[in-house]
Amino acid sequence: METIRLKIDGREITTAAGKTVLEVATENGIRIPTLCHLEGLADVGACRLCIVEIAGQLVTSCTTEVANEMVVKTQTEAIKKHRRQILELLFAEGNHVCSFCVSNGNCELQDLACELEMHSVTVPYAYPRNRVDASHPWFLIDRDRCVLCGRCVRACAEVEGAHTWAFAERGHTARVITDLDVDWGDAESCTSCGKCVEACPTGALVFKGVSNAEMTKDSDLVARLIERRDNE
Amino acid sequence: MSKVKVATLWFSGCSGCHMSLLDIDEVFIELAARIELCNSPITDLKTFPEGGVDVTIIEGAVANEEHLHLVKEARAKSKILIALGDCAVTGNVPGMRNGIPTDKLIEGIYGKETTTNGQLPYDVVPHLLDRVRPIHEVVPVEFFLHGCPPPPGVIAKAILALLDGKTPELVGEDLKFG
Repeated sequence: METIRLKIDGREITTAAGKTVLEVATENGIRIPTLCHLEGLADVGACRLCIVEIAGQLVTSCTTEVANEMVVKTQTEAIKKHRRQILELLFAEGNHVCSFCVSNGNCELQDLACELEMHSVTVPYAYPRNRVDASHPWFLIDRDRCVLCGRCVRACAEVEGAHTWAFAERGHTARVITDLDVDWGDAESCTSCGKCVEACPTGALVFKGVSNAEMTKDSDLVARLIERRDNE
Repeated sequence: MSKVKVATLWFSGCSGCHMSLLDIDEVFIELAARIELCNSPITDLKTFPEGGVDVTIIEGAVANEEHLHLVKEARAKSKILIALGDCAVTGNVPGMRNGIPTDKLIEGIYGKETTTNGQLPYDVVPHLLDRVRPIHEVVPVEFFLHGCPPPPGVIAKAILALLDGKTPELVGEDLKFG
């Protein structure tokens, strides 16, 4: 096994080759904020919150492999500022009303506002008109709370193998859709397994019938299922 | 030592933030000795004292013409502005009407759809703005107290820090929306 030696925030670290910077940092107790990353799913660098500085460049740590002599900085003032700005844009482009969200108190986006010390959103809020789809008998999607992390898309494809969820359109009109943009209740490929709901970091994908702050997510479900599958 | 002059304003919000302010309990005993509460829904005084105030705490978002006028006056007459609670900080629930044309909204709520003999509130009461805004979108704000409502402990911490001439240290859970 090839070993790699690198420095993260001044700490000398020796690790196996083939891992990402995020993986190695996490293994060594160095916290890097993430949102689109979910243990067990392929990393895609969608949310950009895990940016770190390597050789003067900002790169996403979840999609960057460790290399020999690599010097990584995870917490410079510039990085913190950029992360906060990314988070502000996430809040501004949706309709995130924490106070009466079903996921209030159990939301990764809400937690990131605390962690990244986002005092206010300095860009004007976009207030998009998004479609809520409650056609599925058990689950619903409130796209106002979607951050387009793609965890539902990947959980559905990589773990369930159903490929029900996908992205449609680009830029500020981008959204997640079921099958060929039909109502979720009519999506024939959906097995109603609920992995997308558990994988979703916010209150976008939720169980029907939950009220304010009642929705909790089993965000480790995907990782547990993958571990079980790999052990078989 | 002269008392620190504090005003509080109530814009488009449910008054829950003022309730939370009242919930700081025994801290009020200390505050009573150190601050003079000027215009506020609590005192029912309507105008800023001559010479302005040291701190104005604002609950609610800027939603109508009266708020717009008052927030500018508050900025001009206060050394420090504090946005109190999610409506003031983000627009929160009042902001949910943004994206719906104001006329359509008024017609929908006060018009024929929901009530008989409905009268549209265009006289006497202040007109709604096209868009509900958080305070800092209109005037600069020094401190943001998150929460719906902000916990009394956070409000007390911020006020007491300012009275001691310090910058309130708002970190971690203090910055939790909702």
